[in-house]
Amino acid sequence: MLAIIDYGVGNLFSLVSSLSAIGVDAVVTSDPEIIKKADRLILPGVGAFGDASKKLFESGLCEIIKEKVAKGTPLMGICLGMQLLFEKSYEYGEYEGLGLLKGKVIGMEGTIPENLKIPHIGWNELKIVRKSPIFKYLNEGDCVYFVHSFYAVDCEESLLATAEYGKDLTAAVGKGNIYGCQFHPEKSGNVGLKILKAFSEV
Amino acid sequence: MITKRIIPCLDVRNGRVVKGVNFENLNDVSSPVELGKYYSDCGADELVFYDITASSDGRKLFTDILKEVAKNIFIPLTVGGGINTIEDFDRVLKCGADKVSVNSGAIKNPDLINEAARKYGNQCVVISVDAKRVDGEFRVFAKGGREDTGIEAIGWIKECVQRGAGEVVINSIDTDGVKKGFDLEMLKAVRQAVNVPVIASGGAGSSEDFVTLFKEIPDIDAGLAASIFHFGQVKIADLKQTLKDNDILVRSI
Repeated sequence: MLAIIDYGVGNLFSLVSSLSAIGVDAVVTSDPEIIKKADRLILPGVGAFGDASKKLFESGLCEIIKEKVAKGTPLMGICLGMQLLFEKSYEYGEYEGLGLLKGKVIGMEGTIPENLKIPHIGWNELKIVRKSPIFKYLNEGDCVYFVHSFYAVDCEESLLATAEYGKDLTAAVGKGNIYGCQFHPEKSGNVGLKILKAFSEV
Repeated sequence: MITKRIIPCLDVRNGRVVKGVNFENLNDVSSPVELGKYYSDCGADELVFYDITASSDGRKLFTDILKEVAKNIFIPLTVGGGINTIEDFDRVLKCGADKVSVNSGAIKNPDLINEAARKYGNQCVVISVDAKRVDGEFRVFAKGGREDTGIEAIGWIKECVQRGAGEVVINSIDTDGVKKGFDLEMLKAVRQAVNVPVIASGGAGSSEDFVTLFKEIPDIDAGLAASIFHFGQVKIADLKQTLKDNDILVRSI
């Protein structure tokens, strides 16, 4: 069973629907006992980093996630959920992340050419820089859907794919049993479903 | 590089898609669920559902159907029509909408934009504007384009973006339905005024009109159309091929 960790941020309707469409048995939960039993975890999230990390720490879910990951359970962070995997974010302040991956999260403002719009919204080609089991069904030129204003940097160690938006932005990361997508696989058509399917098989 | 988005817009009344839609391989041409899936499979980059229902019973039906649509498509979904309060945002977002488009509701109460952007983020709030040339300026029209509000459109759009709208749909009443191309002059004026994604609407009659749009205004993000897609005059796969042949970046499926 795959557990989608519900810590009170974001709308999980599409994620649940997309997993159901590919036949993955998923449950949305904040119950530590259910999460402990899950054989796969997804950490979703939209909104602000500070608020989300606070909820994750205060609920104690953060420790459970870390324990599960240490035992080898595959984890995928999506969008803000991916950003939370890193050590720190500088979104409207300075906040601690889970620290599962090396790197930090910074704003696009001032770091990409001024003529580009923020948030970065739309379909971008995924440029794969490192092989990963979550990409096993993908083809060259596949596009995925992004909605974000912040992105991860200093994460070469785990970088799997980038998307070009004035510069190469971190699009996907992975290290051991930990994976993360800045884009929304649940909104990226068949390509996104293939990534979720591959994750359900790692 | 970000790709240009092609967006079909479907008008829904009492849970059924209005405007006769003419497709092969489609059993129920007025089912939002079937049509949503059809467009999603054909390569549409996003869908807009516009609820033109007047009654509250119809609204309930719409939200039920919206859930069915959202369950079956895995591309971004924008919902508009009858959005007047934060509860309306909540209602459609819970059914699986990713973005909510406001038009008259924001004219009546501009603070709705601030409130929604604070609660759901800028990326969730789309300001949709119907505009028409009156006395040498672009004027905002309400009630589906029937009523001149007296508000100057470019200033209004700037205000909406300052209040937190993350995307703008600009529909030119002057070119809408004429099928001779998008309103490039109006679109350029809007694009120059704001730095959020701008979606062009009104006037597309052929694939070439989309080529002209993206060539003439390279930083327009998306083209939206209804009847030319519904009646099969332009097929999304062909349109994307034409754009590709003209070196305009689009998503392949």
